[in-house]
Amino acid sequence: MPALANRLSAMFGLAGLQRELLSTGLILLVALLVSLVVLTIGGIMSYVERRVAGRVQSRVGPNRVGPLGLLQWVADGVKLITKEDLVPRDADRPLFLLAPYLVVIGVFAAFASIPFGALLIAADLNVGVVYLLAITSLTAVGILMAGWGSNNKWAMLGGVRSAAQIVAYEVPSTMALLSIVLLAGSLSLQTIIGQQGGWPWQWYIFHNPFSFVAFFLYFTAAIAEGNRTPFDLPEAESELVAGYNTEYSGMRFAGFFLGEFSNVFLMSAIATCLFFGGWQLPGVSVAAQSASIGLQALGLVVYVAKVCCGCFLVIWLRWTLPRLRVDQLTSLCYRYLLPLAFVCLLGNGAYLYLVTAGSTLDLAVHGVVTALAGAAGAFFVWRVFYHIRHTHDRISIDLARGERSVFDAGVQKRGYGALRKAGLAAAVAAAAAAKESP
Amino acid sequence: MTPVEIKDRLVQVVGEPVEWQAGPADAAFVVAPEKWYAAALALRDLPELDFAFLRTLCGVDRPAANCIEVVAHLFSYKHKHAFVLKTRVGRQAPRLATVSSVWPAANWHERETYDLFGVSFDGHPDLRRLLLPEDWVGHPLCKDYQEPPSYQGIPMMRPARPAMETKG
Amino acid sequence: MVAESRETPNQVRVTADEGREELMLNMGPHHPSTHGVLRFILHTDGEVMRKAVPDVGYLHRGIEKLAERNTYAGFVPFTDRINYLEPIFANHGYVMAVERLLGVQVPPRAEMLRVITSELNRLASHYVTLGSVAMDIGAYTPFVYLLREREHINDLMEALTGQRLTFNYLRIGGVAFDATDEWLKQVEQFVTGFEPIIDEFDSLISGNEIFVKRLVNVAPISAADAVGFGLVGPNLRASGVDWDLRRDQPYSAYPELQFDVPLGKGKLGTLGDCHDRFLVRVLEMRQSCRILKQALRKLPSGDIRAKVTRIKPAAAETYAAVEGARGELGYYVVADGTDKPYRVKVRSGSFASLSIVEHVSPGLMIADLVALIATLDTLAPEMDR
Repeated sequence: MPALANRLSAMFGLAGLQRELLSTGLILLVALLVSLVVLTIGGIMSYVERRVAGRVQSRVGPNRVGPLGLLQWVADGVKLITKEDLVPRDADRPLFLLAPYLVVIGVFAAFASIPFGALLIAADLNVGVVYLLAITSLTAVGILMAGWGSNNKWAMLGGVRSAAQIVAYEVPSTMALLSIVLLAGSLSLQTIIGQQGGWPWQWYIFHNPFSFVAFFLYFTAAIAEGNRTPFDLPEAESELVAGYNTEYSGMRFAGFFLGEFSNVFLMSAIATCLFFGGWQLPGVSVAAQSASIGLQALGLVVYVAKVCCGCFLVIWLRWTLPRLRVDQLTSLCYRYLLPLAFVCLLGNGAYLYLVTAGSTLDLAVHGVVTALAGAAGAFFVWRVFYHIRHTHDRISIDLARGERSVFDAGVQKRGYGALRKAGLAAAVAAAAAAKESP
Repeated sequence: MTPVEIKDRLVQVVGEPVEWQAGPADAAFVVAPEKWYAAALALRDLPELDFAFLRTLCGVDRPAANCIEVVAHLFSYKHKHAFVLKTRVGRQAPRLATVSSVWPAANWHERETYDLFGVSFDGHPDLRRLLLPEDWVGHPLCKDYQEPPSYQGIPMMRPARPAMETKG
Repeated sequence: MVAESRETPNQVRVTADEGREELMLNMGPHHPSTHGVLRFILHTDGEVMRKAVPDVGYLHRGIEKLAERNTYAGFVPFTDRINYLEPIFANHGYVMAVERLLGVQVPPRAEMLRVITSELNRLASHYVTLGSVAMDIGAYTPFVYLLREREHINDLMEALTGQRLTFNYLRIGGVAFDATDEWLKQVEQFVTGFEPIIDEFDSLISGNEIFVKRLVNVAPISAADAVGFGLVGPNLRASGVDWDLRRDQPYSAYPELQFDVPLGKGKLGTLGDCHDRFLVRVLEMRQSCRILKQALRKLPSGDIRAKVTRIKPAAAETYAAVEGARGELGYYVVADGTDKPYRVKVRSGSFASLSIVEHVSPGLMIADLVALIATLDTLAPEMDR
């Protein structure tokens, strides 16, 4: 981006203040672009979530607004914008109003340092990982403010629990990411991706057994930080009230909502960058990819595909697993994940120290881990499809309005629905006949 | 044990009943209100009776006999026999000893009876209305209950329906 | 106590004697779950409860008073509304009491039809209960799966009675509508198709690690407490008391049918904890399928309704109970020789199970209270009438 600013100012012969203004203008433009991208991502993620939830629950999901319901998120956005903006009477007004913005900032600002392609990054910070971890912690502050500012005991409980949860799970998350930083030798995300390769055995997740475990650690901790089931007690609907966003309505609620879904994408993106090789294509070097627009576009597609797999996994977990109680949650973190995280970190360090990078032993370890993980993954996928084939799903995805399930074809003959349909048809026919003969 | 056998055993402890309703359907042992607690205790504690399960404790308003009957249905899981214990309290300021220390289930049953009939249970740990709001006036299941015209400003009587217009 | 419940819950009080802060929370009448309109006033220290006091009566409709105003036969639809998830059982208890007062003999086909619809109803009720338990614990999917299955039962009952929820199927002396062979075949098809679903449900939920951790050792209720507080049905059996009205005081066509009664065993935790209450219901579903298969085979032909001309029982009283999905649903009917009942008292399982919440709640966390209420299967309309 500074390079772009330099080129433009050289082209137009700007200097001094005008150059600074141009720089600032460019920054704002890029920020706007990133915001728009993140908003769209958040919206689409909400649609994907509802659709996947529907299919997991043996029902259809949104399918009315637009083809296949693809414009549902637009409709939701419009609805939320036009809703009344309520502030509870005794709420702490500044805190209450500010909280959604903090959550949104915490998530959106993180996207500035997420690479989407070899050169497609808003700000390639050389402390990328630290910046990400720091800025995503703003959400904790926002949630706590929302909980306290709502003047509602349930919201306060939700906010406090969430803060405790996020703070607790920061540690294993950071440790896991640190393991990867150790392997890469840099905090910059583009460098970390550059150190990996396109083929699966070149990814950091299959680098050594410790980094394999580190991925699962990071993933679990990231789900906990994003307040997703099985760690969604702070916003648990079946705590018989909503959580910290009870009192919010309209666009402020949309802020939390979008923040959560964009966070899912963000978590997945970070995991993809650090563990799955990011935008790297198999057999293509970084330089070659940076030079060619076509390859960059392909890299973008591959990257987004990987991130979408991660998002799908997160959504899948949400609709499958029940939630942990808050004491079980914190005990899981402090008694199991934390020691494991330390072990991973030490293990990775030991591996780096003992095994020379690039040696046959190194490559052998990569290969073995990839093979084992690949076998396990293949087995898992086979079982999933086995269960899909043998499921007792009796609801068809093509169910049109008014159609009932396949089971009660016979029952429907005697049921109320069929009689009503016949009666309605007869009434319509009679009315038509009556109209024709005055 | 048949109801008659249970009655004979109970008579040994609390004496003759005020009335023994052999009844076409269920038999009932009507005891005097003073002996209510002793009868309850005996029914629960005597090993051959062992009525550990209080099925229900409710009231029946009998203005014709000028009393409110408090009826307890008991059951024993061990011996698989049932029994009905009754007592009659007056309709003006009715009072009865509580049996919530005998059967914990009686706690809420007695609250409901107090709520709907007005029977006060002496010794009850927490005698207040259960189903109706605390500031409700009257005891609805009494036969002479008159609904108040309004409750906290909400009218309880519907206004007369306007005449329906008929289309010509 | 009265002053406490009137206090606005948005206060943090310092209790004089303990000097510690107590947070009083209101788990208000509005819940995003299906237990009905219940309210709990929680006294907590932030997470662990000192006491949970139920405040009930939001669904009190005066059904017992309405009984005194309607004729015997006219009161049957009201009984549906006492428990809308198991209306057949609610009908059955009342109708059995009146039949006992009248001395009416119900024809065998009607009895078997009552059993068939009862067990279908038990299945439907357990679907909602188990789905709600899963949903309250956080797994939203099993609830939807079970509702999908419940739709089939709704369709079957709609074909038979015309209603999807409050069936109003039983009459004094029999049942209202006869079942055709086609309908019976559909029921058989449904039962055969459902049994693998129980296995699917089991594998998805009952053995799930998180689910088990949320329910095991939570709020164990001892057998003595259960009997003392009047718990019935699956709650009682989960605490180890082997009692089922269908087997131990058989009524209707149950003497001809073979079935087991599942008991809580405390395999994964303490006897009588939430997981036991949950598991007992899952096992009961299997037994219901077994009963249904036998009943469908043994259904005799004949009348579906005894001839009952004037329903004016002589002055007498009786208590009749059936084993509903929530336990013993009993009716104490007092007749006085007129055509309207003098008094009807309904005894429901939810009344007892809600009264034990205050006793069991000290030391529970708020999330555990949710699990407790869900597994006790309290249903507000049955509690409040």
